Amino acid sequence: MDLTASDLTVARGGVPVLDGVSFALAPGRALVLRGPNGAGKTTLLRTVAGLQPAMAGEVTGAGERIAYAGHADGLKSMLSVGENLRFWAQVFGTEGISGALSAFNLETLEDRLAGTLSAGQKRRLGLARLMVTGRPVWVLDEPTVSLDIASVALFAEAVRAHLGQGGSALMATHIDLGIPEADDFDVTPYRAKPRAALQDEAFL
Amino acid sequence: MIALLTRDLRLAVRAGGGFGLGLAFFLIVTVLVPFGVGPQTDLLTQIAPGILWIGALLACLLSLDRIFALDWEDGSLDLLATAPLPMEGIVSVKALAHWITTGLPLVLVAPALGVLLNLAGPGYLWLFISLALGTPALSVIGTFGAALTVGLKRGGLLMSLLVLPLYVPTLIFGAEVARRGAEGLAVQTPLLMLAGISFGVAALLPFASAAVLRINLR
Repeated sequence: MDLTASDLTVARGGVPVLDGVSFALAPGRALVLRGPNGAGKTTLLRTVAGLQPAMAGEVTGAGERIAYAGHADGLKSMLSVGENLRFWAQVFGTEGISGALSAFNLETLEDRLAGTLSAGQKRRLGLARLMVTGRPVWVLDEPTVSLDIASVALFAEAVRAHLGQGGSALMATHIDLGIPEADDFDVTPYRAKPRAALQDEAFL
Repeated sequence: MIALLTRDLRLAVRAGGGFGLGLAFFLIVTVLVPFGVGPQTDLLTQIAPGILWIGALLACLLSLDRIFALDWEDGSLDLLATAPLPMEGIVSVKALAHWITTGLPLVLVAPALGVLLNLAGPGYLWLFISLALGTPALSVIGTFGAALTVGLKRGGLLMSLLVLPLYVPTLIFGAEVARRGAEGLAVQTPLLMLAGISFGVAALLPFASAAVLRINLR
């Protein structure tokens, strides 16, 4: 099943930022959103993930098929790496975290408290969470922030493995991941024309 | 759901989780009252049910902003919202976890603190029953307030202003059960009202909390 967006208008704080966005993402493919800061990539991803409603247009094939990873990793600093992952595995009804731990080279850290990890290690744990969700569509917002070159390679490998199993990924990133299945999608041409907020914020 | 409950309970008892904060506050308030009122045991007996109820209510209020604020800050609220759990279930579990870590300990120590306020003999049982029946309502209403103010910087004060008026009916009937019980009067009417409030908010408010949380996550 494809993830499709048709004629999507997304808004941040009631002001449209992207207008008329359409794309289709087939299983086994990845789509990399490109665009300068503030172009609306995050807003688009949050809309696709169902965290905020679209102003116009629609997204199909999302909903319960999405695993979302935003800027924050959603880790509990007082839980260990293993406990953090096991919690998400239970929430998503999957079993086994060892595959996710080894894919992101976290085995030796399993019993460390997440609060004592470095920024890059936290990010790796946040990305490992995607693997325990068992969801086919990964929606990733700047997944490579604070990762070193070796970890970016680990991440690219994990994404390729996910695509190889028939999954798909939609991500916003500024670097070249070296994933041959990925297509670029520049959001700049879809930038919405400035206009006043359509709804009155006070009555939302 | 159970995973979320276990996680919240585990977080509460680990360092920095704030478990026992409400309990310590309740203890201190109850200890301070006799110092302020003076050594008139008759007066203390008279005001004991009300003071214990207000103390429990304020202790409950103290920890409300932690219900969603921490999950909001580290981004797990976004991730929970995209998880296969219904939002109504998430807020109910959050309220339950808050009650187990805050309300339940208050219920258990309140009779012991009644001694400090010279609570009348038959009052202990009714104080315990009224708190056991009323504190779940405090947690559920508080969860609604926390959902309303999640994401606001220093929204704690605003939340108190929003939540305290909503606590009034629970306080009136809860303290009335304890007072009538202590004076040996019939408690049936306020007890039924209190039970009605608790079950009513537990059944209805999660839908409101989930709705405002969805709006706040946008």
